[in-house]
Amino acid sequence: MPYTPDKPKLAESSDELRARIPGWGADLDPADRPSVPRERFDPTFSGAWWEFPERQPEKVPRERSIEHKFLTPVFGTVSPPRGVSGAIRRYAYKRYSEGRAAHWLLLMVADRVDVAGSTVLSIFSRHPDNPITETGVPAEASHHPVSSRTDDRRTDVRHQALDPFIVAAPWVLAAGVTYVLARKVIRRAA
Amino acid sequence: MVYRGPYRIRAEEKDRPAVEHPNDAIVRVTKAAICGSDLHLYHGMMPDTRVGTTFGHEFVGVVDEVGPSVRNLKVGDRVMVPFNIFCGTCYFCARGLYSNCHNVNPNATAVGGIYGYSHTSGGYDGGQAEYVRVPLADVGPSLIPDWMDEDDAVLLTDALATGYFGAQLGDIVEGDVVVVFGAGPVGLYAAKSAWLMGAGRVIVIDHLDYRLAKAAEFAHAETLNFTEYDDIVVQVKKLTDHLGADVAIDAVGAEADGNLLQHVTAAKLKLQGGSPVALNWAIDSVRKGGTISVMGAYGPLFSAVKFGDAMNKGLTLRMNQCPVKRQWPRLFEHIRNGYLKPSDIVTHRIPLEHIAEGYHIFSAKLDGCIKPLIIPS
Ligand SMILES: [Zn+2]
Ligand SMILES: [Zn+2]
Repeated sequence: MPYTPDKPKLAESSDELRARIPGWGADLDPADRPSVPRERFDPTFSGAWWEFPERQPEKVPRERSIEHKFLTPVFGTVSPPRGVSGAIRRYAYKRYSEGRAAHWLLLMVADRVDVAGSTVLSIFSRHPDNPITETGVPAEASHHPVSSRTDDRRTDVRHQALDPFIVAAPWVLAAGVTYVLARKVIRRAA
Repeated sequence: MVYRGPYRIRAEEKDRPAVEHPNDAIVRVTKAAICGSDLHLYHGMMPDTRVGTTFGHEFVGVVDEVGPSVRNLKVGDRVMVPFNIFCGTCYFCARGLYSNCHNVNPNATAVGGIYGYSHTSGGYDGGQAEYVRVPLADVGPSLIPDWMDEDDAVLLTDALATGYFGAQLGDIVEGDVVVVFGAGPVGLYAAKSAWLMGAGRVIVIDHLDYRLAKAAEFAHAETLNFTEYDDIVVQVKKLTDHLGADVAIDAVGAEADGNLLQHVTAAKLKLQGGSPVALNWAIDSVRKGGTISVMGAYGPLFSAVKFGDAMNKGLTLRMNQCPVKRQWPRLFEHIRNGYLKPSDIVTHRIPLEHIAEGYHIFSAKLDGCIKPLIIPS
């Protein structure tokens, strides 16, 4: 009862809980929970034998947050920025700090451009995108789509109406771009 | 696996990763997992998720190659790799904040390095693959103890460590009433860990009955399905003599499937870093002066959090990504003692070539899916 001073009584005592639940109270002492961030200075625990790691060579120009003083000694090298999305990404990194919404929103815009562009390019590659297999929907046939809907609530019910648009958007865009290009080519030929 | 766009991934032949830094190792993955936070990427909610990248921050494997400066590992070692990439000696690592390492993520200072978690987390490929580059191999990975099951090891690389961490952030004292939002893997482990720290009562809240059944069985928790109540906050108050819980743990993160408006502004229009429904419920359900623990994943974009209530109630908010490796010695002991059996929650084993189906099953929560493991061929 919050209206009186004492804490409400629990249904089970600590002894009852200890008997019922394996390991109950093994970490009872809050001071003996090693990984809570207590910021204890202990630079040797990790196994590192350097004070500052060796610098990874920068083979292609690597974008970085302007909040960093320099390129971090270790970094990922997958998917360097490319094309229009890459230009947007580089601008977002060069111009705005992480504190600015514009930084993140530009990166999200670049993501959408990247998806649309990659979908267009894939049509001309040996591995065109396939909206059916890539969304994994064939699993519906084999993994209880009906009982998952009736026994429980699937988590995607609410946005299922939106999903076809999200998934189809890059294809619609790709079709549009192809149409415009084709028209140009035909006009030039005529 | 490679990302092709929101809700779209595929299995594809990529080049084997190469040693890029003298302290890199190349690990042949023997088991990986899909994590709830991978769904942020899958749904296109994490900024700077580039087409062609590989997800997966929970994996174990065998060392296949080591860079010239690697001392602590050799080819053939069976290793478990924490999801954090960290240097061990920057200002933050030296203080044990491995998830906040400053030396491994040029793309952001607010986020550490994470395998397969977009360029916002450093631009590293993940372990839902046959091979993965493991940077700073002398610091991150640990040998898998002989007695440890590989399934348990892969769950220690994030889910179990994070769930346990969530309970730790709650600063639980003996007899505390702990309410856990989310009965996914991390929520299940957080609920179970709350008992180890002396909780007097553990209540788990979710909207899927099969996950709540797991919470009752695996984590000995009381359960509430929030869809059965008009107002889940009032229900928690009623159950706690109108005091509220002492500790509330948000094990959902921004993936909370909020109302349609929130879904559209967050997941679709990216105007929020995710709908913080679970976090707001946590703020409302906890008692005044209580503690909120957050280790559910949120993106760098802003979210509409009920901060005024948190202030007026005098709450302590504690949160971080889990510094996984610091958890291991204690968690190894708990597993050995039989207090924890992490692999009890594994429901699906999916071959890497069927990864698109695996993501769909996990994302839609088809087929009673709680935790899927990925098995590379
Ligand atoms: Zn994870
Ligand atoms: Zn560091």
